Amino acid sequence: MAKEKKKKTRTPLNSSELTGWKRKRLGYKLNFQKNWDMYLLILPLLIYFIIFRYAPMYGVQIAFRKYRAADGIRGSQWVGLANFKRFFSNYQFKQIIRNTLTLSFMGLLLGFLPPIIFALLLNQMDNGKFRKLVQTISYLPHFISTVVMVSILFVFLSPTSGPLNKLIEFFGGEARNFMGSPTLFPWVYVLSGIWQGMGYSAIIYIASLTSVSPEYYEAAMVDGASKFQRMIHIDIPFLVPMITTMFILSAGRIMSIGYEKTFLMQTPLNISASEIISTYVYKVGLINSDFSYSAAVSLFNNVINLILILTVNWITRRMSRENALW
Amino acid sequence: MAVKYKMKKTPGDIVFTVINYIILTAVLLAVLYPLWFILIASFSDPNLVTLGKVLFKPAGVTLEGYKKVFEYSQVWTGFRNSVIYTVIYTFLSTYLVLTGGYFLVRKDVIGNGFITGFFMFTMFFSGGLIPTFLVVEKLGMVDSMWSVIIPGAVSVYNMIIARSFFQTTIPKELREASELDGCSNIRFFFSVVIPLSTTIIAVLALFHAVAEWNAYFDAMIYLKSSKKAPLQIVLRDILIMNEVDSSMHMDAASMDERQRISDMLKYVLIIVSSIPMLILYPFIQKHFVQGVMIGSVKG
Repeated sequence: MAKEKKKKTRTPLNSSELTGWKRKRLGYKLNFQKNWDMYLLILPLLIYFIIFRYAPMYGVQIAFRKYRAADGIRGSQWVGLANFKRFFSNYQFKQIIRNTLTLSFMGLLLGFLPPIIFALLLNQMDNGKFRKLVQTISYLPHFISTVVMVSILFVFLSPTSGPLNKLIEFFGGEARNFMGSPTLFPWVYVLSGIWQGMGYSAIIYIASLTSVSPEYYEAAMVDGASKFQRMIHIDIPFLVPMITTMFILSAGRIMSIGYEKTFLMQTPLNISASEIISTYVYKVGLINSDFSYSAAVSLFNNVINLILILTVNWITRRMSRENALW
Repeated sequence: MAVKYKMKKTPGDIVFTVINYIILTAVLLAVLYPLWFILIASFSDPNLVTLGKVLFKPAGVTLEGYKKVFEYSQVWTGFRNSVIYTVIYTFLSTYLVLTGGYFLVRKDVIGNGFITGFFMFTMFFSGGLIPTFLVVEKLGMVDSMWSVIIPGAVSVYNMIIARSFFQTTIPKELREASELDGCSNIRFFFSVVIPLSTTIIAVLALFHAVAEWNAYFDAMIYLKSSKKAPLQIVLRDILIMNEVDSSMHMDAASMDERQRISDMLKYVLIIVSSIPMLILYPFIQKHFVQGVMIGSVKG
């Protein structure tokens, strides 16, 4: 019945006016006439993305070739997966993967909670000068450049003149060469990362906690809940969705650990713990000029990253749609 | 209300507050102490620093290190280069990111979905170091100042922050009204959107300025001549690679003396290079907080 009705009303429309397809095309045309200058506005941006983001993706094919500058990208000899095989059979392969994962997982496990705890504690402080001071100072280190940050590490942890070793010696311990020890390297890397990033990462949690409705606190207080109990039973559950989102974001980035800080922290003594995929890519690529091999290693890394992000997002979507990235 | 809160303070709450004060003070000191140490070391006799005599206050106060740094021409060349790169980068990036962010909110423009995907995809996949290097090389930008400005000019993440801002501050009705008056999109963008967006412009400009001022990697890859090196590269050579320009050692006779000068330069350089930031910090920090908050609103 309903179908018949539809047909009946549609037929005259079709004959006298445009068909759906043509109407759609006219719609596009009108939209373009009205909005063509929006494309003009982002034209520089489009050119930027094509040249600096997509052209390199096209150039990724050198990972499957034996690239020689004289032959160009497409002219170089196709070698299939040879570059990848070379990486997998390299004696450094296992170590590099292990180092990358160690730094990432330690960073995630040790670095994830401090900003949250810091935000919770700060939130329990009355809105006074002390609270403001602590918060403002806490994200100061975020603005220190990587070069200066690593220099501070070298100076501060120096086995001869660094204050940390003076402190250790004061308590009867033995001075350690923090920057020259493979076992200590991940700790130095991760803990200095927390020192630099905790306050800044906490901003988002602190901001979010200010929107907890005071009614919850009042109700809890009527029931005789202590400050600590209010923190545990009101603040923490309130933060859970945000914590989940942040955790997903970090988990998706587990293999994409940056080279900037690691590279500067490397010394000949700690290199067995500090060589990670991204620093290796830089060295074989730009120092040894082994372009194709370097491109293959970084493609391997990027593909894993992509798979991680997609997987994590897929899992999140199944659990709760609103926490997913897309 | 305040009275009510106070009355409800149980002994347990007081203990909690005291512990909280202790923890947060410890955090405060842990953040400040390394910076304080560098500061006092920069004013102290390096020999005393090495001996561990400089831990809480300067000893053997001297301005020798600062004098040396003022004579160090490479540092000032780097400083000047960094200022130039940062200013250009900030203008360019902020402009590009704003246009992109505005395009992203215009869901009514055909092709918006496709172009959004076109931008976003680059957040999750990239060609990598070498293919990017080859592109920059092919464009003839190696060893030119543009190599540290253009390849990293656009951050999709910042574009999303801009989009979140536009979503909440530029009502659709405003655009529809000016459309009726025959206002083109470009004109609307420049004479309505931009003036209404000073908050986000400040946030983005600061994000970009700090990022460019602190960056070293692109400069290390692309810039060959030391005359073009930005401050961070100069700092890296002196602070991490221990490569002090030999002219600084002219009057230094022994190895010990050389080491002494290098050490002193390190402390002073860390301070001098951080001064612009430290002066600006009280004024800019609230914009960063704002930026993080705008960015946390998912669109």
